[in-house]
Amino acid sequence: MTDFWSGWIIILTSTQLIAALWILLGNRKKPEAEIKTTGHKYDGLEELDTPLPTWWVYMFVSTIVWSVGYLLLYPGMGNYQGLLGWTSTGQYDVRVAKAEDQYRAMRDRYLAMPIEDIAFEPKVRKMGRRLFGNNCAQCHGSDAYGAHGFPNLADDDWLYGGTPEAIKATLIHGRQAAMPAWQTILGDSGIKETTQYVLSLNARDADARDAAKGAQHFQTYCVACHGPEGKGNQLMGAPNLTNGIWLYGGTADQIAHTLRNGRNGKMPAFSETLTEDKIHILTAWVYGLNRSSSQATTAANF
Amino acid sequence: MNSQHDDVIAVDAVVPAEVSELDKQQRREKIYTRAIEGHFQRLRLYTGWPLLLGYFLLPWLMYGNRQAVLFDLPARKFHIFSLTFWPQDLVLLAFILIIAAFTLFAVTAIWGRLWCGYTCPQTVWTAIFMYIEQRFEGSRSQRIKLDQESMSWEKLRRKTLKHSGWALVAGFTGITFISYFVPIRQLLPDLLSLTANTSAASFALLFSVATYLNAGYLREKVCTDMCPYARFQSVMFDKNTLVVTYDTKRGEPRGSRKRFATKEAHQGDCVDCELCVQVCPTGIDIRAGLQYECIGCALCIDACDSIMEKMGSPKGLVSYTSENALTGNEITGLPPKTLGYIVALAVMVTLFSFSLVNRSLIELSVSRDRGQLYLPAPAGLIDNVYELHLTNRSDQAKVFLIEVDGIEGASILGDAAVTVPGGELLELGIRLRADPNRLTRSGTPILFRAVSISNQTVYAEAESRFIRPTL
Repeated sequence: MTDFWSGWIIILTSTQLIAALWILLGNRKKPEAEIKTTGHKYDGLEELDTPLPTWWVYMFVSTIVWSVGYLLLYPGMGNYQGLLGWTSTGQYDVRVAKAEDQYRAMRDRYLAMPIEDIAFEPKVRKMGRRLFGNNCAQCHGSDAYGAHGFPNLADDDWLYGGTPEAIKATLIHGRQAAMPAWQTILGDSGIKETTQYVLSLNARDADARDAAKGAQHFQTYCVACHGPEGKGNQLMGAPNLTNGIWLYGGTADQIAHTLRNGRNGKMPAFSETLTEDKIHILTAWVYGLNRSSSQATTAANF
Repeated sequence: MNSQHDDVIAVDAVVPAEVSELDKQQRREKIYTRAIEGHFQRLRLYTGWPLLLGYFLLPWLMYGNRQAVLFDLPARKFHIFSLTFWPQDLVLLAFILIIAAFTLFAVTAIWGRLWCGYTCPQTVWTAIFMYIEQRFEGSRSQRIKLDQESMSWEKLRRKTLKHSGWALVAGFTGITFISYFVPIRQLLPDLLSLTANTSAASFALLFSVATYLNAGYLREKVCTDMCPYARFQSVMFDKNTLVVTYDTKRGEPRGSRKRFATKEAHQGDCVDCELCVQVCPTGIDIRAGLQYECIGCALCIDACDSIMEKMGSPKGLVSYTSENALTGNEITGLPPKTLGYIVALAVMVTLFSFSLVNRSLIELSVSRDRGQLYLPAPAGLIDNVYELHLTNRSDQAKVFLIEVDGIEGASILGDAAVTVPGGELLELGIRLRADPNRLTRSGTPILFRAVSISNQTVYAEAESRFIRPTL
């Protein structure tokens, strides 16, 4: 707040307080005084000018005293912070800390247990779902089945491994994928040939001649990460190219685009956002997801 | 029968109630009510006791393993025996309030201030406190004398006993009130061992102090100065409403006379004993006519009847009667306004019962994932992702099957069969897959339905939309 608006508020507030007190005291009459009338008289009804009840006056005064005390202790006068140093964010932090304390014991109990043992615990499923909804669903979808560029967490295919340790490591440190761009090295024809080879890996229609040339490119450039059979490598986060699961789409055009420009998928690290016990529960939830839900097939037909 | 002019009462025919100068300054003298016994006082006792017992004993009743009547504010669930109300049922509370209001209107139009005189907690608790007062400080005249005396051991003893009695009743009242919100079987031991939750304890204290002050000191001032209902009740009155009335024609001119003495020709039945004034809890003289202070407690009727009996005159000089009955214009049946109240009441009760019986115990809400409009899926299909919130407000766990209507051939990916524990909310991510070529619009309205597997008639629905790319 600028000094002007701070001063504006201070002047308005103090003027009102003083005015209220002045109006009250200025209109005060002795209760013993003779009862007067205001002079308003209609239809035989006369308005009396009775003094204010004493208890009411004291109540009014006490509200003014209260407000002065309040304005001293709490921020109310422009930029003045108040003697107590109270802030709304400070109060929020206190409440959050209190809630953390309340639930820490329960979460710590789960933290001491192996992921495999708690993955199907109803409380863990519930807490994990909430944590997922708040932190992960934006990219991976409310159902955790993923989206374009964001992997499905509910299937059996893992980029960096599906063991409790691997999932936890992904959550804590995040992941940075590095599929290089091959346009300058392979050229237009090289991209086309390699694309045909990748299609053939999935037993899809491919130009046999191009695929044969593509296989050579693959064994030269791609083999280091994706392996000689294109099965991928979880240590490097290189996806399996033979199972029909595509992070960035599986059409020939989409595969060629990936080859030409590379991909740099990024999973953020959550060690700063979530505490260890919450990451442990989230890991258990994701781990259990893979095993509890029916696979990504049509569960019901209509 | 009545021409319009007959309704108009000449101003000078009405004798105004005496208003003292002191009254203008709102300084009232303390009212010392005289205890009286009689028909209406017994009636109040017989109606009051069940209500009081109900209030004090209800929290002790158990239903299953919980308190039968419990308004659980932190959990936002109101339990009344087998029924559990959630915040979504707030509309029912509105119905209850409307029903209560119309019941009050109808009762007031017919019988006057029945609520004030017999059932209002202010009246009932004041009566309890007055009984305690009388028990320890004696009759009306004894109390006046005691208050004028200077402090003595005897006065101190009597006052201490009275205040202890008041405090005890007030304390139990406050604790009982809070126990409708905090289980009493846990609250009472906690309070006694000083380990109760601070807010529960302070609210119990607050209500105890309020009871103590209201029933001990404020008493009739609550009715005359604070209660809005006391003021607007007169709006419901008509000429057929039963009000406590002094029969001026019969009573005036008033004057004292000896017991069973033949009254002189000019004398009325009122012997001016002032007993009706002494028993009045609001300190008015009913003989001055209908006043807003009169709560219709009928103590003055009991008082006057007892005197009339002794005097050998017929009872009913002060009685429950209507203006029309006094002037001989009694009508049969109900006046249109009262009939209107009763019709409105009947309609509201019907609506309420209907909503209560048809209240859905499950609720479904759907929101689309905002991250992506649609997602490409294998074989040229597209996906939309939704988050479903399925609430099961019943006591038992239920298994639901999620269905979707609106798109032919659409399929649900993921768990279509889900279990929701009793009284819980399930958050569920659902992916819907459809062929965009079969959709005629870019946004197709769809209807999600959660159907209970055990009972197909139990289901909840929620609308949403399926979005496809521009083709």
